[in-house]
Amino acid sequence: MSTILEMRSITKEFPGVKALQDVSITVERGHVHAICGENGAGKSTLMKVLSGVYPHGTYSGDIVFEGESMEFKDIRDSEKSGIVIIHQELALSPYLSIAENIFLGNERATRGFIDWDETNAEAAKLLARVGLGDSPTTVVREIGVGKQQLVEIAKALSKNVKLLILDEPTAALNDEDSAHLLDLIRHLKGQGITCIIISHKLNEIKAIADEVTIIRDGRTIETLALATGDISEDRIIKGMVGRDLEHRYPDRSVAIGEEIFRVEDWTVHHPTDHDRTIIHGASLTVRAGEVVGIAGLMGAGRTELAMSIFGRSYGSRISGRLFMRGEEIQARTVPEAIRNGLAYATEDRKMYGLNLIEDIKRNVSAAGLRKLAPRGWVDGGAEHVVAEGYRKSMNIKAPSVDAITGKLSGGNQQKVVLSKWLYSDPELLILDEPTRGIDVGAKYEIYTIINSLAAQGKAVIVISSELPELLGICDRVYALSEGHITGELPIEQATPEALMVLMTKEKEADHVIG
Amino acid sequence: MSSASATRPASSRSEVLGFLTSRLRQIGIFVALIVIVLLFQVLTEGRLLTAGNVSNIIVQNSYILILAIGMVMIIIAGHIDLSVGSVAAFVGAMTGVMVQDWGLPWWAAILLGLLVGAIVGCWQGFWVAYVGIPAFIVTLAGMLLFRGLTQIVLGNTQITPFPNEYRQLGGGYLFPQLFPAATSPAEWITVGLGLLTLVMFIGSQLRGRMKRAKLNLETEPAWWFIVKVAFGAGLILFLTYLLGVAPGSRGTPIVLIVLGVLVVVYTAVMNRSVFGRHIYAVGGNRHAADLSGIQSRKIDFYLFVNMGVLAALAGIIFTGRLNSAGPGAGNLFELDAIAASFIGGAAVQGGVGTVVGAITGGLIMGVLNNGMSLLGVSTDYQQFIKGLVLLLAVAFDVWNKRRARG
Repeated sequence: MSTILEMRSITKEFPGVKALQDVSITVERGHVHAICGENGAGKSTLMKVLSGVYPHGTYSGDIVFEGESMEFKDIRDSEKSGIVIIHQELALSPYLSIAENIFLGNERATRGFIDWDETNAEAAKLLARVGLGDSPTTVVREIGVGKQQLVEIAKALSKNVKLLILDEPTAALNDEDSAHLLDLIRHLKGQGITCIIISHKLNEIKAIADEVTIIRDGRTIETLALATGDISEDRIIKGMVGRDLEHRYPDRSVAIGEEIFRVEDWTVHHPTDHDRTIIHGASLTVRAGEVVGIAGLMGAGRTELAMSIFGRSYGSRISGRLFMRGEEIQARTVPEAIRNGLAYATEDRKMYGLNLIEDIKRNVSAAGLRKLAPRGWVDGGAEHVVAEGYRKSMNIKAPSVDAITGKLSGGNQQKVVLSKWLYSDPELLILDEPTRGIDVGAKYEIYTIINSLAAQGKAVIVISSELPELLGICDRVYALSEGHITGELPIEQATPEALMVLMTKEKEADHVIG
Repeated sequence: MSSASATRPASSRSEVLGFLTSRLRQIGIFVALIVIVLLFQVLTEGRLLTAGNVSNIIVQNSYILILAIGMVMIIIAGHIDLSVGSVAAFVGAMTGVMVQDWGLPWWAAILLGLLVGAIVGCWQGFWVAYVGIPAFIVTLAGMLLFRGLTQIVLGNTQITPFPNEYRQLGGGYLFPQLFPAATSPAEWITVGLGLLTLVMFIGSQLRGRMKRAKLNLETEPAWWFIVKVAFGAGLILFLTYLLGVAPGSRGTPIVLIVLGVLVVVYTAVMNRSVFGRHIYAVGGNRHAADLSGIQSRKIDFYLFVNMGVLAALAGIIFTGRLNSAGPGAGNLFELDAIAASFIGGAAVQGGVGTVVGAITGGLIMGVLNNGMSLLGVSTDYQQFIKGLVLLLAVAFDVWNKRRARG
């Protein structure tokens, strides 16, 4: 066993901020080394230093790779030494083939002309190594994110990678693809390739990492080793947040009232392929003060169900009935849905939730602007007061409500989204992945906000891919599988195993009567 | 840094500089206009800021400025309109047919002309908003379509002359016979309008500041407020002097009043109306706007209707000023209006821009044109320099954004 990489007392400053302070990390050859930390702790900065995105001279400290001191000028330089980084946002060109992507910037060519036979043959060999059966000539756009991730790894292999850095590799993958990816990492480890993996998913880290280095506020906190039995989720969380999170979920006293919202026999078809049924006759109810979870694997139709209810924002040929406090309502457009007391906070707040170039107050008022403008003219002062109220009550960390939302952290952005929907004064809030991409401390705050909404008598639906989260905050959980609601469990009976059985149930779901 | 500012009086030099740099993006364009005006004032040995010439700059650029108002709104929503020059020409031609062939009175022709503009806007808005064809394509088609229709309507000839009343909108002045220069030291209507504008300007600034203070909101530093108001007041007084008192003054161009009202109304619409705020929301993030209950298609549709009406107004003013409707009228107006919007700080990706910025951008181009003509610079060089200014203005904006982020 030998050391392949050593980063010694790395310090990196940006104007006014010390992003990394005296960070050291030692990676053993052939190991999987995980790096953990809250958002903004400095993980990505450290990896950018390592891969030459921040060139030598812009930071202080030493990088020793395979016994040699390294001074990378750029990414090409670090790749030449065998260090390859795969970013969270995949860097594939969607309209090129798999083979073209693998050899992008590194083309198999003689005298400037591409040798297509060699390109495709080499690509096929690399695809076999990562266990991807698709033809090298398949256009990347046509394969799923999971497979695209594998193409990225094949691309890294084509560069004779010795140290592979994966930044949040499973963030966008479903459980099956994630499992496959973790298997592949183990397999590569067997071939002597060292991996550094950055991840928020502690269970994955526990499953795969030989060592874990925890970074907090730009400093190394500690390195835990599997061999000494140190790696446990609680231990990692403690290191990340700097305190014991005895309760990852806030306590709540539940006072459940009358039924607020009911969906009956809700069927939705694909927006362009009208014959494909995405949601099959789903029915569910939510009562006042109740937090209801929807569990389902990726592709089960969770977001599609929520968005189709919310003003038919998704799908075609929608049928079924919606009831608010026992009376049937129509929600054919988003404005109509909002008028009838529905709110939907999206899973992708940057794409669908916020106007990132605008300030906090204009985002907060976006859905309820007419309340501030009785005669069509917005009362800017009142708007400011409203936004300021949410900034305080939600604990949005920003100097003022004039701050641009694009510059806030994920947790604070999510609080802005929630403020927007609270100001629209809904009876039912549908929260789609409310804590995705948010660090542990801010998650707790979001849970607290959800609890206080329920305590005010609102009905809340939470969609989440993280079962522990649903079990931690919900009163009742519905399981969704391939567009069917395959069952509902009160929280006392909901165990991860029981839910997983329902979530993976197949077509016989048709016979289950909900 | 904050501890230093707390201990020292508020007017320390570094703080003033810091404030100005933070506002650079907003004030940069005004500073640029002032610098260009002063530059040409020096180069032309004082011929730029004379009564007659300033009047000319306003009247000559009025239709571009009106187009720029509609254009910047469309750009903020993330679209573009390449057809406005052709639409202006088409409406000019239609009003010509109305007064000459149909014998309609001038006011009916103007009203119907605006209606034609609205219908054209509906047509383009329909394709953009409800069919979902990119505005670039729809209005590129519109550019050809309405240029063709103009030529068909005119039969490749010009329509001239127009009734005297019709021509007032483009080239008229307010009641020059009331206070003729021979009998009065000043054009009193212009002076009165100038003072009224001054009072309204200072009043609205003070009211805004007091409201912010009452709500305990962060206000601008007092020195900046005073500088800003004094500058605006000085500008209004100087313009009043040039148009109403200075030797050779001709009074208030009617089109300046039209333009002034449009700027005030559209600034209010963009800043304070629900419609205006929805335009920014749609331009900033269309998906998020849709999911917030904003009907982005409706916004798009009405933006093009609005643009059609403003293009019609520009066409009527232009036709009136030339006293003729020709097949080549309004050629390249769209590019001037687009350039004005971008020089004025609008962003290509949408979501950013102001009416006042676009007007300032249009004035920068207008002053450049006028100043270079006074200097006898040939039109080929004028084109070259205008192109360079557009590029530099946007480069400055990009640089400024990057600076703010870094």
